[in-house]
Amino acid sequence: MQIKRLVFGALASLLLAFAPLSVGAAGNTLDVVMKRGYVQCGVSQGLPGFSNPDDKGNWTGIDVDFCKAVAAAIFGDAAKVKFTPLSAKERFTAIQSGEVDIIARNTTWSMHRDTALGVDFRAVNYYDGQGFMVRADLGVTSSTELDGATLCTNQGTTTELNAADYFRANNMQYEIVAFEKADEAVAAYNSGRCDAYTTDHSALYAQRLKLTDPQAHIVLPEIISKEPLGPAVRQGDNVWGDIIAWVHYATVAAEELGVTSKNIGSMGNSTNPSIKRLLGKDGTFGANLGIPADWAFQAVKQVGNYGEIFERNVGINTPLGIKRGYNALWTDGGLQYAPPIR
Amino acid sequence: MLLQALVLGALVLAMVWLVANVQSNLERQNINSGFGFLSERAGFGINQTLIDYSEDSSFARVLTVGLLNTLLVSVLGIILATILGFALGVARLSSNWLVNKTAMVYVEIFRNVPLLLQIMFWYFGVLRNLPSPRQAVSLGDAVFLSNRGIVVPALEMTAAAWWYGAALAASGAIYVWLRRRARLSRLADGSLISIWRPFAMIALASLAFAAMMGGVPFSFDIPALKGFNFRGGITVIPEFVALLLALSLYTAAFIAEIVRAGIQSVSKGQREAASALGLPDNTALRLVVIPQALRVIIPPLTSQYLNLTKNSSLAVAIAYPDIVSVFAGTTLTQVGQAVEIIFITMMIYLTLSLLTSFAMNRYNARIALVGQKS
Amino acid sequence: MSSWTPTAPRPAPASTVGFVAWTRANLFANKLDTALTLLAFTLVVYVVEAIFGWAIIDASFTGDDRTACLKEVQGACWPFIEAKFGQFIYGRYPDAERWRVDLVFLSGLIGLIPMLMPNVGFKRANMIYLLGFYPIFAFIMLNGGMLGLATVDTTDWGGLLVTLVVAITGIVASLPLGILLALGRRSDLPIVRALCIGFIEIFRGVPLITVLFMASVMLPLFLPDGVNFDKLVRCLIGVALFSSAYMAEVVRGGLQAIPKGQYEAAAALGLGYWKTTRLIILPQALKLVIPGIVNTFIGLFKDTTLVLIVGLFDLLGIVQLHFTDASWATPETHITGYVFAGAVFWLFCFAMSRYSIFMENHLSTDRTSS
Repeated sequence: MQIKRLVFGALASLLLAFAPLSVGAAGNTLDVVMKRGYVQCGVSQGLPGFSNPDDKGNWTGIDVDFCKAVAAAIFGDAAKVKFTPLSAKERFTAIQSGEVDIIARNTTWSMHRDTALGVDFRAVNYYDGQGFMVRADLGVTSSTELDGATLCTNQGTTTELNAADYFRANNMQYEIVAFEKADEAVAAYNSGRCDAYTTDHSALYAQRLKLTDPQAHIVLPEIISKEPLGPAVRQGDNVWGDIIAWVHYATVAAEELGVTSKNIGSMGNSTNPSIKRLLGKDGTFGANLGIPADWAFQAVKQVGNYGEIFERNVGINTPLGIKRGYNALWTDGGLQYAPPIR
Repeated sequence: MLLQALVLGALVLAMVWLVANVQSNLERQNINSGFGFLSERAGFGINQTLIDYSEDSSFARVLTVGLLNTLLVSVLGIILATILGFALGVARLSSNWLVNKTAMVYVEIFRNVPLLLQIMFWYFGVLRNLPSPRQAVSLGDAVFLSNRGIVVPALEMTAAAWWYGAALAASGAIYVWLRRRARLSRLADGSLISIWRPFAMIALASLAFAAMMGGVPFSFDIPALKGFNFRGGITVIPEFVALLLALSLYTAAFIAEIVRAGIQSVSKGQREAASALGLPDNTALRLVVIPQALRVIIPPLTSQYLNLTKNSSLAVAIAYPDIVSVFAGTTLTQVGQAVEIIFITMMIYLTLSLLTSFAMNRYNARIALVGQKS
Repeated sequence: MSSWTPTAPRPAPASTVGFVAWTRANLFANKLDTALTLLAFTLVVYVVEAIFGWAIIDASFTGDDRTACLKEVQGACWPFIEAKFGQFIYGRYPDAERWRVDLVFLSGLIGLIPMLMPNVGFKRANMIYLLGFYPIFAFIMLNGGMLGLATVDTTDWGGLLVTLVVAITGIVASLPLGILLALGRRSDLPIVRALCIGFIEIFRGVPLITVLFMASVMLPLFLPDGVNFDKLVRCLIGVALFSSAYMAEVVRGGLQAIPKGQYEAAAALGLGYWKTTRLIILPQALKLVIPGIVNTFIGLFKDTTLVLIVGLFDLLGIVQLHFTDASWATPETHITGYVFAGAVFWLFCFAMSRYSIFMENHLSTDRTSS
């Protein structure tokens, strides 16, 4: 039967054409990435300041910039990166199965995740903690006054567990409404379903921008948990993990050394040995990682140092208006500290 | 034979290949496997639980809570959809033009819009127009409607309730006995004994006795606004209301069409013959038309019930804590064992489906025409 | 003798013709009928008034941001739809490349419309165009990466485009798969039959959402190390398998309705299994179940919305995504968006169901006994 044969032929060709099978040895992510020609980066489905697409599909944010820096370090071109939006539920399977090379998805580094889920966390690009947002007219000024409150949050996050622990520890009652997606949780909070919306502090500031009247909501000062957010890779690929860790440290080290994307071009003649090592003028750090010698130079030149990335995406001059806080350099009393590049 | 062997061989090979893949993937990446996680502490809260549940409960308990929530919304949805669907189906056959067309417009609108959209419409579209708890619409200061849901007084049984329970049980036993006696006497000499009068008297007497001994069998726990929300009473959460509403309204549109087709399938001669025998209209409907229509209605109705149960899994979009939401959702992300959890979830739905089909097939076999293969 | 002329018939009594009689017969036949009519009338007036007031009288029609939709009494916020219309149709598909989507839509319509009209010829050529050429053409145009077209990642696809891609792939794939499964279920070979029954019952027994979860969260673990499918493709496979199970049951109904004599006659003519199936059984069986097939298509079309739960942005997903745009945050944005999406879905589904009724009537004319 001609028609049937046609149908099957068409189907088969459609499926084959549709499914660019990327077969490769996932054991060595760097080789796969090199061969493919770009970094596949798993990000959130839209969180202003961290990873957020505009109407045209251009991604911006701290996590997005991190992936761009990795691409710049490997290929010398920050544009050689593609973003895969992932839900909280999909993120670990996506990295486990090799669908993405990194997840930079405001993901909390916890022991369970690091040890039991087949992923490795290698750096912390944002020190965060969980907080609460409430309507200003509720008259609440501290999270200890939230006894009996209804909380909106997203499902499948450390947030849900922390909230449970916090309310129990303080002997308060609560009701939790946990949504599949952050947008739905925010929409429900905005419509009055909940008294408070709880998630990481940074995300509270980000989500507040999406509310009908951002000024009518306040973020409570208490931080009830430790949420070190950082990029994660597949467990067992140390070469790739090292690249991820050191790209982050290079951006921090650049800030420590006063190297920015603007002045890095003129730093070539610097006699400061630390800067020379950072720029790849000295030592074999790039070769040791298996990437070009100017890896850190390209990352900082094309994306910026940690301070620049922070200020551009979430800093006080952005709509989010977040102070450096814990994310200041250790020299300024913060927690961002790069092991020496030497 | 050769073809079969080939098919079987291919299947076995495919299975082995898949299982080997999963195993090597999981092992290589050091991912936990097995069902041990079910006894671990869940650690998160759930806002609608039909059985006792706290953060200290295990993941197995989470599974049970989710399953019960799924069953609750499915069973209530099936009841509501059946009532509304039968009403609409009869309305579609009404000789009254306006009633007929109104039912038609309803059916055409509700069955042609995706259910997920309807659920979200009721939840996100309608919820935001409800007042906050402090401005709640109240009915006699006992029932409150706000964007936290509907809060109704809870009925709490007191110790006296035992007396009433005993009274009801006694009346039930007496009813069975009376019926048996009436049947025996009918079979023996054809005399008909009315059992309703003695039964009603005995039932009233036993209830009166219980009232004398125990007093009022229940007390009300009236909800009151305290702090952020209502305390006391029973809260029907908005997620539940939106899901139930959407499921019932959507499925009713399909049931209406099934009922219409069923009634239309009964030939006009049957009704005419019934009326020629002198049966009044409603008796003819009850004894002649409906039993025959049911034969046509039951099989597709079964699939609608199954669809409704499966569709209740869309709860995940609006945070109603059904099995997909709390187990295939929250538990999956906390534990990270996708294979085991999705497998358990699918098996549960499969079991529910098979049980429902089995029950409905039994019923169908009972009402099917004798001698006709069903 | 004068010839007898019949008197002209008297007109029917005024009470049995005209508007008054019609209302009496159809609206006020008896007391119950009158009560029902009044009840229904009140309901209709109430609903129509509410809808009309919301959608037209109190609605806003022009404006560039939320300020246009913050009146005291606010109905629908249509400028929101206007501003986001491109997004709703194409998602994040780059502006400069949208002509490719338009071209795909257009070339699909060119093949589809004559296909749907029973009186237009060239059905076979059209079939080859629609099933052979068109999918490949659509894929190359949409995905790009060859013929000098820029690649557009499937993560940038969205809106009605994704809805149609999922629905059409599902429809095209589920029919042949469903037919095969239905034949397998009635096969004499016990293992084939058992497999088909198992497949059909498993997929019909679980919700689509769990199938999609499996496709998006679990499937990658079943594949060998390093092999990956695009997420959209995984969802397409899930949807196609799911709807083929339903399709199989519909087709089975048709197969069961074919009298045994047809098989015997075919056997008497010396036709083998496949020839009998292809030439005698399927043409009759499929014609019988056209309404069922279209109903499955409609169900599939509505089910495409579920892909939003696994993070693809179909029409409903993209509408919902744009609710988070602060510059359009008004109390009416949600309802307006849902009503718009609902209207689009309704249009497609209603058209399909009407077409199925039309085809049913059209085809039933050549079946003298039924």
